[in-house]
Amino acid sequence: MSETPLLSLRGLRKSFATQDALNGLDLDVYKGEFLTLLGPSGCGKTTTLRIIAGLETPTAGEVYLEGQNITSLPPEKRAVNTVFQNYALFPHMTVASNIGYGLCMRKVPKEEVKERVENMLHLVQLEGYGKRMPSQLSGGQRQRVAIARSAVLEPKLLLLDEPLGALDLQLRRQMQAELKKMQQQLGITFIYITHDQEEALNMSDRIALMRSGRFVQLDTPHNLYEHPATAFAATFIGETNLLEGRVTGIKGDDVMLDLDGISVPARTQDWVVPGQKLCLCVRAERLHYARKVPDSTCLQGTFIGSHYAGSDRTATIELRNGQTLLSRHTTEQEESVQPGETVCVWWDMETASLVRDDREGV
Amino acid sequence: MQSEKNRTQLAALPMSLWALLFVGMSLLYIIGLSLLSRGEGFTSQGPLSLDNYARLGSPVYVKSLLLSMRLAGLTTLICLFMGYPFAYFIAKTRPRVRTWLLILLIAPFWTNALIRIYGWKILFYANGPLNTLLMRLGLIQRPLKLLYTEMSVLVGMVYAMIPFFVLPVYSSVERIDWTMVEASRDLGASPLKAFLTVTVPMTAPGMVAGLVLTFIPSIGLFFISDLLGGSNTMLWGNLIHNELLKSHDMPFAATLSVVLLLLTGLIILLYRRMGGKAENMFF
Repeated sequence: MSETPLLSLRGLRKSFATQDALNGLDLDVYKGEFLTLLGPSGCGKTTTLRIIAGLETPTAGEVYLEGQNITSLPPEKRAVNTVFQNYALFPHMTVASNIGYGLCMRKVPKEEVKERVENMLHLVQLEGYGKRMPSQLSGGQRQRVAIARSAVLEPKLLLLDEPLGALDLQLRRQMQAELKKMQQQLGITFIYITHDQEEALNMSDRIALMRSGRFVQLDTPHNLYEHPATAFAATFIGETNLLEGRVTGIKGDDVMLDLDGISVPARTQDWVVPGQKLCLCVRAERLHYARKVPDSTCLQGTFIGSHYAGSDRTATIELRNGQTLLSRHTTEQEESVQPGETVCVWWDMETASLVRDDREGV
Repeated sequence: MQSEKNRTQLAALPMSLWALLFVGMSLLYIIGLSLLSRGEGFTSQGPLSLDNYARLGSPVYVKSLLLSMRLAGLTTLICLFMGYPFAYFIAKTRPRVRTWLLILLIAPFWTNALIRIYGWKILFYANGPLNTLLMRLGLIQRPLKLLYTEMSVLVGMVYAMIPFFVLPVYSSVERIDWTMVEASRDLGASPLKAFLTVTVPMTAPGMVAGLVLTFIPSIGLFFISDLLGGSNTMLWGNLIHNELLKSHDMPFAATLSVVLLLLTGLIILLYRRMGGKAENMFF
């Protein structure tokens, strides 16, 4: 992408009295994108969002909107709006007044405010709710008012801080689809915060995975899942088996790993050097096991048991070195292995990726 | 269930009796008394009539009522503009500072109010500390007449009433969800606009409570105007005081009290009406 990014963060740092919240963030967000900040609580997602909104001042670094440095602009002067986690609807105003608030602050003529509020109510399927108070709405409806209140201003960038966090699972799924649809209809760039990996994978164009105030990986959902950059990225998203090992040799695209005495081949990465300690990541659904032994190179383990989860079943297998592996497969493909039996474990070399081990310390 | 309900009712009995005896009965007594006329000494006599109420039309009483309302109104207004920022500051400051400020606010109550007003009186004397200071600083040549003016009464009243305004406002500012204010800034409101359209409405219950708590007692106060205003400032409370203790006209004192009761009742009624009304602020 050669166009100028809509939003750029450069060397963003934030220190609070007792700890560092952000440790130097660089990010480019492009027009029309749906970017998700994903990470465990306390990783700095919300702080990042608040700095972009202007509600927090960074200790160092700059924020650029369409190439303009807006780091020191107050929130009301930024073409950026926020949907707050608890919605923050004004309890003393009607739904229509809430949605029209920003337009009135912008001194838009009353007639136009009325019309745009009506259009917005229609868009979020809340026609006829304009005269109600926020306290008379359900959680899902409040959520939609909060989005309408920001979207009516047609911001260049809409920031959403876990907007679906307070909803139950079913409503959440439904709202995910609605939000995505709305984003495409309005053509507004979204920066979306969640700690729900499934939500992130479903909705985003790109995901920025965060940990301790840094980006661990910034990539498409597909690449993040298929090619995690580090052990943290691999374990945070999806069910993953991490096999610790040491590089014994590199030959072309392939590398030989020593996993506790067992030699295993893998596709190399450009940062891999001989003798290095690293992890091999194999997704649970890509790990296969069978009672029969196809060839001698497979790993042997003991079948511990499996648990049923409707459409699929996850089996636990213990390797000779004591490490347990998970293997997920659909219930149709089930193999009747009894606990305690010796099984053979294998995977397709292309589906396993080498990752840096960053699980301890940061 | 039944026994629990009975027990609750039983527990409320002393309070109900207290209210009936000391509030309900005394009210009836005062209203009844206001319909009688003055007898020999500290007595009252029939027949029942509205003569006392007819006396209220005299300019003395109209003037006093207007003065009382004006001073109470001014006191309340000054409390609003001085007290709101102070309450806001207490609620927003660090917890340790906040504790100290609250203690300072309540500390004067540890001393009798009458003594504290005497303190102000000494401060305001022609040769008192305030005049001495102003003259030493060369700001004035001759002592100012501070005592026995409307101004001195007003200072005393604001001094006495301001904690009653600050405390309810403080508690409502403290309970504000500040993300609301952030949301309004985010939607394009300047700090002042955000304060006026979000902070003020959200603290309105505390503010109205504070206004009522300052205005109502201000109308009835008599010792502050007595000590700091002398005979120049005849507030409604002073009238009642004089009728009762100087003229020994209990029925007319009762009549004046009934007027005060009606006035404060009206204000409380207005307050109830205003409470929690939804409004469409913009269009």
